[in-house]
Amino acid sequence: MYKVKVFVTLKESVLDPQGSAVKNSLHSLSYDEVEDVRIGKYMELMLKDTVNVDQRIKEMCEKLLANTVIEDYTYEVEEVVGQ
Amino acid sequence: MKFAVIVFPGSNCDVDMYHAIQDELGEEATYVRYDEKSLANYDAILLPGGFSYGDYLRGGSIARFAPIMTEVVKAAREGKPVLGVCNGFQILLEAGLLPGAMKRNKNLKFMCRPLTLVVENNTTMFTSSYESGEHITIPIAHGEGNYYCDETTLEELKSSGRIVFKYSENPNGSIDDIAGIVNEKGNVLGMMPHPERAVDHLLGSADGLKMFKSLLRNWRESHVTHA
Repeated sequence: MYKVKVFVTLKESVLDPQGSAVKNSLHSLSYDEVEDVRIGKYMELMLKDTVNVDQRIKEMCEKLLANTVIEDYTYEVEEVVGQ
Repeated sequence: MKFAVIVFPGSNCDVDMYHAIQDELGEEATYVRYDEKSLANYDAILLPGGFSYGDYLRGGSIARFAPIMTEVVKAAREGKPVLGVCNGFQILLEAGLLPGAMKRNKNLKFMCRPLTLVVENNTTMFTSSYESGEHITIPIAHGEGNYYCDETTLEELKSSGRIVFKYSENPNGSIDDIAGIVNEKGNVLGMMPHPERAVDHLLGSADGLKMFKSLLRNWRESHVTHA
């Protein structure tokens, strides 16, 4: 089996309204070292043994998990030993 | 003229849309479920607002894969009028029938109030009953209506007159104050404000009714039967 961790974030060029609200809040808590905050999504997918895991995950990201007009995605694949 | 009102799990403006067509415009409206397989019998397709599939993941991202969407894409290609309002607009974006994407409102709040739109293009089949530059009052009701597209797309939209409505005072951070856009062919319109909620003076405004009247007039003109 595979455990896939997918991270989806707004592209660098796209303003992130949630991120700026959180940054302002951190500043008001005196964490002045915070220069930027980007909010994203984290998803965990459990996959049966599959060939072409990379290709399948990329397809899933492009089709559904991320909207590539405004979002970027990255992922990590971990092999998990079945029970 | 026969209008299909598409109903997804979580649509909640379908009844308003039906009322606008059936009672105010006086034409035939029919609810069409998300899992139906044909739209051949309809002259226009309406995608209502709401929270299809709970807006899980992103607004419209799951609805765009509903079985009926294959037919919506087909109808759009055939040149039938397709109108997506609010969540319906988000679905059209996710389906790639219109360019761009929606972000959370700039102030991160859900906003529900009437506001003023400017008719930027009154030569579309949706807006021919309006004056160019006309100010109209139409309510918004959304939390994710912050329209975004890249510079190239924006230039393209501008130069081809595809920005149909703009906000007179931008409520949500949308790029270039955009409230509604059409596709290249001009038969697919997406807009965040709700024209179906402004079809009678009792509702505070009847400015939205002109949009449905435009559609009807254009349809009649293209279906004249010569004796």
